[in-house]
Amino acid sequence: MKTHELTAHAGARPAAPPWWRRAAPVHGAASSPGHVRPGAAALRRFLRNPAAAAGALALLAIALLALAAPALYPGDPLDMVAEPLLWPGQDAHYWLGTDALGRDLAAGIAHGARASLLIGLAAAAVGLSLGTVAGACAGYFGGRVDAALGRVMELCQATPSFLFMLVVVAIAPPTVGVIALAIGAMSWPTVARLARAEFRALRERDFVLAARSLGYGHGRIIFREILPNALPPLIVAASVMVAQAILMESALSFLGCGDPNRVSWGSLIGSGREMLRTAWYLTAIPGGAIAVAVLALNMVGDGLNEALDPRLEGRP
Amino acid sequence: MSASNDTLLPARRPALDGARRLGAGLRRALLRAVPTVLGIVILNFLLLQLVPGDAADVLAGESGAATAETMAMMRRHFGLDLPVWQQLANYLNHLAHFSLGFSPRFNMPVLDLIWSRLPNTLLLMGSALGLALVFGIACGAIMATWAHRWPDRVLGVLSLLLYSTPGFWLGLMAVVLFSVHLGWLPSDGALTVGATLSGWDLVLDRLRHALLPTLALAGVFMAIYARLTRAAMLEAQSQDYVRTAVAKGLHPLRIQLRHVLRNALLPVTTVAGMHLGNLLGGAVVVETVFAWPGLGRLALEAIQGRDYAVALGVLLLSSFMVIFANLLVDLLHAWLDPRIQA
Repeated sequence: MKTHELTAHAGARPAAPPWWRRAAPVHGAASSPGHVRPGAAALRRFLRNPAAAAGALALLAIALLALAAPALYPGDPLDMVAEPLLWPGQDAHYWLGTDALGRDLAAGIAHGARASLLIGLAAAAVGLSLGTVAGACAGYFGGRVDAALGRVMELCQATPSFLFMLVVVAIAPPTVGVIALAIGAMSWPTVARLARAEFRALRERDFVLAARSLGYGHGRIIFREILPNALPPLIVAASVMVAQAILMESALSFLGCGDPNRVSWGSLIGSGREMLRTAWYLTAIPGGAIAVAVLALNMVGDGLNEALDPRLEGRP
Repeated sequence: MSASNDTLLPARRPALDGARRLGAGLRRALLRAVPTVLGIVILNFLLLQLVPGDAADVLAGESGAATAETMAMMRRHFGLDLPVWQQLANYLNHLAHFSLGFSPRFNMPVLDLIWSRLPNTLLLMGSALGLALVFGIACGAIMATWAHRWPDRVLGVLSLLLYSTPGFWLGLMAVVLFSVHLGWLPSDGALTVGATLSGWDLVLDRLRHALLPTLALAGVFMAIYARLTRAAMLEAQSQDYVRTAVAKGLHPLRIQLRHVLRNALLPVTTVAGMHLGNLLGGAVVVETVFAWPGLGRLALEAIQGRDYAVALGVLLLSSFMVIFANLLVDLLHAWLDPRIQA
């Protein structure tokens, strides 16, 4: 048994731990506290929340659409396939209509889901890993490491992130990797702050002391012992970060600074905007897709926050 | 001891205390800001170094042709053949003399260009921030006062929707509704082109042009502040001093406003200061949507025209603006909250 699992069932502690480290309440009379893992209980709480479940379902649908896009709409979505400016519903085959160049909007939405989700996930991965490592080191080691990180975070916070991204994308080629790196590089301080607070609170706990007295190295203590206990707030932050990254990417490609060889929801809005007065559906539909995806992610984030917080259990 | 002091100087003490706190806060905030400013300057210099090509290339491109000898001469003239650290020293020297370089594209010093666009952006950002704070805090207060009942639920859904929608898309949809279909408001620009207006008509014209961009920019922040105010007020409602206020028999509205909301404002102002950079980023997109002649559109035009001196100048100055605003927020906190000590 790992040390952090041992301490979860330990007796009285000097101070009450934060909500996400308290033992989760157990559902149903049949199960006993020892046999239900907090994760399973949280998952059940999450799925019983209608908003969170709806968000997860919508997200799943979007992910499936993204995966199935090449099969559903084979070929390049930037190719001209039909008469230009068909309104939605006018032609059953192109049910979302076509744009000024006769490109199928439904194909654009499906392929755009790939770009948006890919960049969202990649940027969140970059931001999460950077932020977790930086915050963990600052919180765990404290002192000079902490002070140095504070400086760097302040620097990132003072730089308007969207302007910085525009400059980066202008200097480097606007590929998915570069965009994801730029978004991640600007969003890590949020995660770092959360991780730092967690690690500061946890580093003096008994199980860390136990791990240290067993002669474990810093790396092992940080990643194997403390990190699993610090995860809940980081999981919540992850869903919000994906949502923010999707919004940022959409703004970037709306301005025409995204990857020119890829359709994304933002670039669809950007090209639809030229026909705003006559064919506003070209702008409305991709924007709706962004709103649905981001809303779903935010609802999942709120649901995770509540599910991982047993204090809220049983409230109206 | 302190009690007798209080009776001797009943009115002056808090004011003096406030001034001292403010002074200490200013010192601390300045000490914190200096390394950040230096870091920003160096970051900007590094980005400028990473730009493909240099000023000589740009000028050669503008003039159409240049021999290798002219290029070398231009590089020597601009100090581009010097080692990197000497170029950094030159860059710092120029900055110390308030020079951000020259824009070949706009044929103007970068700083003049930025000054000419700054007021429009400040107007847009200021009105959006004010609107977002007023409506956000009001919605948050309503949500917290009727927590878990229908006003909270309705406003909660609305704020989540607003939080999830891209501001520029909201702006475009507002243009479709209010400008194209209803014809109530202008769809772009900051003033009616060609109109000679004065007095109230001018103010009204400006307001009509500013309304949609302000709303598009403020939307997301309104939602953020509403959610934040609600959370902070719920946190404050569980504090002992609120229970005391209830036990004293104070009116519930007075408790909500004077005891709960006032304490909840502190985190909201912190976040508002932290979000200034984001607000500026949002302004870039919103200004493009509404053809608003501001700093953000200038940055975008510069980037699209490969005019890096202007783009980086905007980045540098807006970073300074954010640092300055955060300094003001720090001071505000030192003044609002006696617990924050030097």
